[in-house]
Amino acid sequence: MSDTNKYNLVEAPEGYSAPGFFATSLDAAVGLARKNSIWPLPFATSCCGIEFMATMGAHYDLGRFGAERLSFSPRQADLLMVMGTIAKKMAPVVQQVYEQMAEPRWVLSVGACASSGGVFDTYSVLQGIDKVVPVDVYVPGCPPRPEQIIEGFMKIQELVGNESLRRRYSPEYKELMKKYGIL
Amino acid sequence: MIEELTGKFGNEIQGVEADADIPTLTVDVKGTKNLIAWLKEERGFIFLTDLCGIHYPEQENELGVIYHLHNLTANKRLRIKCFVSKKRPQVDSIVSLFAGANWMERETFDFYGIVFTGHPNLTRILNVEYMDYHPLRKEYPLEDATRTDKDDRFFGR
Repeated sequence: MSDTNKYNLVEAPEGYSAPGFFATSLDAAVGLARKNSIWPLPFATSCCGIEFMATMGAHYDLGRFGAERLSFSPRQADLLMVMGTIAKKMAPVVQQVYEQMAEPRWVLSVGACASSGGVFDTYSVLQGIDKVVPVDVYVPGCPPRPEQIIEGFMKIQELVGNESLRRRYSPEYKELMKKYGIL
Repeated sequence: MIEELTGKFGNEIQGVEADADIPTLTVDVKGTKNLIAWLKEERGFIFLTDLCGIHYPEQENELGVIYHLHNLTANKRLRIKCFVSKKRPQVDSIVSLFAGANWMERETFDFYGIVFTGHPNLTRILNVEYMDYHPLRKEYPLEDATRTDKDDRFFGR
């Protein structure tokens, strides 16, 4: 039989355990489940999308982190990964895709173009997707290597694991959504 | 062939560059559509390779439309340029001759503001609908005008 302590299982959150039960906070338990099964929506537009394809491949394997099942339908996705240059004509589409995602949802902006327009400071390129959607983690790079995309994803996992269950109902969050015109 | 063209359309042809990379004619805008129709019907230039706009601010007629035609059987290419002034940038549309000119004329309108009379749907095609200027004209800068967070000192502007 193979040696099971070679495999890195996910650590349990802090809690009180005794024979027969384990008590922890609901936030921690739900956060643990959510962060290890994030289903991303790869909104891949240009070169960063190719790097993402490499990240999903066997060598860098984003599937290890629970993101094995990509969803191209926003209704079934947790994480919107915007990878690539977004033109101003595409901006309302990104916002609509974000609006169609169900709570809880996060946004990862991969690459210089999605974060700030990148090299393309022009009349036609949106200078950063945070002009239309609220972004949680930015991964700079042109393009970022798969390791960097994975690190961005791990930071999202940190955010997901530590998020309070009431965050989406808080007034600050509602203010944030109002700022973007998202109801 | 250039001689034949200058003979037939002489009063509209303003310039000939026979030894450019492909033979180039500069034509008066009123005769452009007839010339292209004649070339298509009588001389077999049935393929419109490109239709684009250009802006030379130092000329009197600043805006121009450039057509690239190709005769597939004889493998001959021809370039036709016609220039219009900014005050009245109107050119006849060649959509009735070449269906492929439809979107190319929309793109030329979008970026240069050249109006193609007779075009079925002359609206912006690549830029956002609410854009109110024609970006590829030389008086507009390339950079995004609405950007607030870039410090010009570091970017040489």
